Amino acid sequence: MQNPQTVLPPITERSGILRWLRHNLFNTWSDAILTVIAASLIYWLTKNLLTWAVTTAEWDVVVANLRLFMIGQFPLEQAGRLWVALAFLVFLTGNSLAIWDRKSYIAAFLILGLPVFLIFLPFAPQTRIWLGVMAAAGILGWGLGYTAPQSVKRSVAIGWLIALPVFILLTRGFTPAVADVPNTPITIVPTNLWGGLLLTFLLTVVANIFSFPLGLLLALGRRSELPIIRWFSVGYIELVRGVPLITILFMAQLMLPLFLPNGQDIDRVLRAMVGMTLFSAAYLAENVRGGLQAIPKGQFEAAHALGLSSAKTMYFIILPQALRLIIPILVGQFISMFKDTALVAIVGLFDLLGIARTVLSQPEFIGLHREVYAFVSLFYWGLSYVMSYISQRLETSLGLGTR
Amino acid sequence: MRKSLLFVSLLVVASMLLAACGAPAASEAPAEAAATEAAAPAPAQTVLEVTVPGYGETLKAVQERGKVVCGVNAQVPGFGFVDSAGVFSGFDVDFCRALAAGIFGDPDAVEFRALTSSERFTALQAGEIDVLSRNTTWTLTRDTELTGNFVHTMFYDGQGMMVAADSGFTTLKDLEGGTICVQTGTTTELNLADVMAAEGISYTPAVFEDSNATLAAYAEGRCDAITTDKSGLVSNRASLPDPAAHVIMDVTMSKEPLGPMVRHGDDQWFDIVQWTAFALFTAEEYGITSANVDDVKASATDPNIMRLLGTEPGMGAKLGLSEEWAYNIIKLVGNYEELYNRSLGPDTPTFIPRGFNSLYTDGGLLYAPPFR
Amino acid sequence: MQHTPATKRATPFWRDERFLQLLGQALFLIAVFGFAWIIINNMRTGLQKQGMTLGFSFISGIAGFDIAELPIVYSRSSTYLQAYTVGLLNTLIVSGIGIFFSTILGVILGVARLSKNFLINRLAALYLELMRNMSLLVFLIFWYQGLFLKLPKIKEAIIWFDSVYWTNRGIGIPWGIPTASYPTFQLFLLSGIFLALIVFFSLQAYAKRTGRAPLTSLWSALAFTVVAIVGWLVLPLKPLELSIPFANGLNLSGGKIFSPEFMALTSGLVLYTAAFIGEVVRSGILAVSNGQVEAARALGLNRFQTLRLVVFPQALRVIVPPLTSQYLNLTKNSSLAVAIGYPDMFYVSNTIINQSGRAVEMIAVVMLTYLTFSLITSLFMNWYNAKIKLVER
Repeated sequence: MQNPQTVLPPITERSGILRWLRHNLFNTWSDAILTVIAASLIYWLTKNLLTWAVTTAEWDVVVANLRLFMIGQFPLEQAGRLWVALAFLVFLTGNSLAIWDRKSYIAAFLILGLPVFLIFLPFAPQTRIWLGVMAAAGILGWGLGYTAPQSVKRSVAIGWLIALPVFILLTRGFTPAVADVPNTPITIVPTNLWGGLLLTFLLTVVANIFSFPLGLLLALGRRSELPIIRWFSVGYIELVRGVPLITILFMAQLMLPLFLPNGQDIDRVLRAMVGMTLFSAAYLAENVRGGLQAIPKGQFEAAHALGLSSAKTMYFIILPQALRLIIPILVGQFISMFKDTALVAIVGLFDLLGIARTVLSQPEFIGLHREVYAFVSLFYWGLSYVMSYISQRLETSLGLGTR
Repeated sequence: MRKSLLFVSLLVVASMLLAACGAPAASEAPAEAAATEAAAPAPAQTVLEVTVPGYGETLKAVQERGKVVCGVNAQVPGFGFVDSAGVFSGFDVDFCRALAAGIFGDPDAVEFRALTSSERFTALQAGEIDVLSRNTTWTLTRDTELTGNFVHTMFYDGQGMMVAADSGFTTLKDLEGGTICVQTGTTTELNLADVMAAEGISYTPAVFEDSNATLAAYAEGRCDAITTDKSGLVSNRASLPDPAAHVIMDVTMSKEPLGPMVRHGDDQWFDIVQWTAFALFTAEEYGITSANVDDVKASATDPNIMRLLGTEPGMGAKLGLSEEWAYNIIKLVGNYEELYNRSLGPDTPTFIPRGFNSLYTDGGLLYAPPFR
Repeated sequence: MQHTPATKRATPFWRDERFLQLLGQALFLIAVFGFAWIIINNMRTGLQKQGMTLGFSFISGIAGFDIAELPIVYSRSSTYLQAYTVGLLNTLIVSGIGIFFSTILGVILGVARLSKNFLINRLAALYLELMRNMSLLVFLIFWYQGLFLKLPKIKEAIIWFDSVYWTNRGIGIPWGIPTASYPTFQLFLLSGIFLALIVFFSLQAYAKRTGRAPLTSLWSALAFTVVAIVGWLVLPLKPLELSIPFANGLNLSGGKIFSPEFMALTSGLVLYTAAFIGEVVRSGILAVSNGQVEAARALGLNRFQTLRLVVFPQALRVIVPPLTSQYLNLTKNSSLAVAIGYPDMFYVSNTIINQSGRAVEMIAVVMLTYLTFSLITSLFMNWYNAKIKLVER
């Protein structure tokens, strides 16, 4: 909180650090006391935390189970597919950075440099090779985007469009496993082996993407003039928003199989995805409604005056404005869904948190709750933080969320 | 102009949907489509259900699928857990492998579903799993109301109580006013309440959702005692930092026959699972192991053994399986003793003396009906 | 079909917009009900096949399990319904206490975030950033297993001032125990509330009549306190007796003992929700434009009056709606108790599902209960919004 200083203060001898200190920390007596308390609190926390992290904590549990944390029980001989999928994403990211945000060297450096940095950590040789591949993909993408931004623009957009299907396909595999034949790199990996960060990531992305059309329809339905549609939308939205996510996940896990005709089975991971999507859709609908409400009435009237039908008005005039307006809110929802995916651990899925709970039952690592949960918290926190940081940056640099 | 790409893709998907519907009553389309989709198989199902009692359904489904779906525990060392290589192991887990070996001749034709204790019965009821092999106690309620059938008990257990060695507690009465850690949704939880009420001991339960959390709380001294099946206590103790500092009280609070459970309504499947267990017992009884099964098969003259191993055919067909089924189980997974020793034997950190779980010839309770 | 009649006829019904709308809605309704019917039918046949029927008769069956935290009388031979009631009350207790403390902490954080003191400001910002990007469930588990379970065992308890006990068996604080004269004291409290109400309304009427702005709430609270103190002093036997916790064998006795699960859940929820409330408070205060303050000062209101009569009411209008939804969030989030073993409504229902196998019924009951909470909240919001609108005119 800097006060906008319109008038330059007179230059005194007490300018510089001392002056800043006096101004910001020791302005009044009460201020000084607060400062001392805050400073000692910071010192105490930092000291204890560092002491614990460096001396007491046994990080072996994380190192030994890193693979479980990342991909769960996904078989190692098929894990190459995941690297390919990841390299594809990194390639696209590098490409897009170079095309649309080429000035953000820090972001480019971080995303492209991270794999290079990781190579120097003591991973298995195979992992290092793949990290190298990723770095190469990223740099290649960036270079390509930098040299010919106009010509690759379209293909990058298409690339992002197919990114999720490609990722899921690569994770799932192609050929069914055959007994007595050793698994090939493209053998199907059943979803009960998907786990760790991989599962968390997929749950988040799938739930968010699929809830978007559903939420949009619900938002439009809520504003519809047709009473039955409106009541249905209102009912759905209020019902879902009124209950905790965990009850929805429980319902998806325990009751969804009962809803289906007998003998039909639905995958546990898919069930969680359905639950998360249905949950997210209700919240998204409310966000979209907020955006719609912010559009001034004049826009509707002008569009009607031009002879556009209601559907066309909505599609060409209102939605583009409303959605642009709520992009920051949508990103916020994406992040909060990411944090909420941890709840699938309670219904027995092996996402990042679920895997953490399993790791803690390995006899050699029992009782290392602090280490494991600190690691997992750090992951959740770090990823959410990075996402919200990037979105804030986008907001300010692109002027999103304002009109 | 520089839009988030993700957003663009979302918009495209959404707009396609919108364009497809067009009208203001847009939201009716998906629901309707889903309705018709679901409507088609439903009536056929009703008819099927009335005429076919379910006999043979499960085996057919399993064979079509190419694997057995088996509900297991992922958190009890020795019985069912995920090792750091990411593979399910344990006694209950190996039973599923034996079942798969009998049906397919491939012990890996199993899909393991890690189930929490809360969802295990619903998973079985809903047909999500074919068999539940997850240290489940055979009780009347579960056998009837929860619509399962228990096959022969694979592991005889009893509920026990573990306390810190230096506490000096020897009887339940010593726990008066104490706190006891227990896992929710288990018979253990009910037994504890029953026994303590019967003995008139007041206590505070500390109830947790999974066995990990329960043990963790005990290890931190949140409770004076932890209660679960004795087998569980043994593996719990083994996984504590200092096993010698904890003793299992000489108190048995309940009978806990643990065995696999199948759904009501398919007697053939029940028989297959049941006789898989008997094959394991019988193999141990005749001293057939995975190492010597080929020799025994080649040289067997005892008709009992010949029927078991399929050299004298007929038994497998009665179950709807190949004649080699028992041979495959023994060859690929082993006999009961091998299963036991692999997960609970003296060389494992979760060693449990065999006790009741010995053959009847050694004074135990394992007694298989004859193969004929 | 290019045939156009010469005379202008009424629109045929299949092109009449009103008819189409009706038809669309009817189709939609049929689809929804059909879908619901199929689902329910599937469920019924599926359950029937296993010999189960839906119904709530099980609720009067014997629960058979014990529960740790009991606001009402309950034992293993109580019914499922009573077990559920215990859970419901526990949820209400956690939510109530959580809402109270998270509001206090949230306001402090919101104000600290606006502080001119660099360190305080940054610290508050850091805290908000830390909490708002945390996954609540992961945080709660970490908080419980990493902190409250790591408190010393009962024999090595940390004791503050001989009266506050910190152990992983529970946290004990001194507490008042009602004595024989407590019921009489309750009468005093009741009349205190009555008097406070009288003061409140008469002062409000006075304010309306004269246009002055007396400190209504302060005077009412004072009236209540005076009656309470008088009651305390008048009674020969003190209505409350101070009880100090002490280690008694395996457990803490005396005082008020909070279990680690309760403490972890409540404090975790408070710490988490306070971060969001802090943001709400901050934006509420910032929403009152500086011009309002300047105008108030120019009218001759002093600092306190400006705050009380100009800034606060306007900020409140911005703050209350999101604040209410944070309260509702806290209540819903308390269902995460299931991960750390505090017997709230969801947790007890989960146990009931396990022990009775009645998943469909119990999930329905739990959802309905949470829906009731949210219905009450939205009723309050509607009332509040209506009230604010009146003020605006």
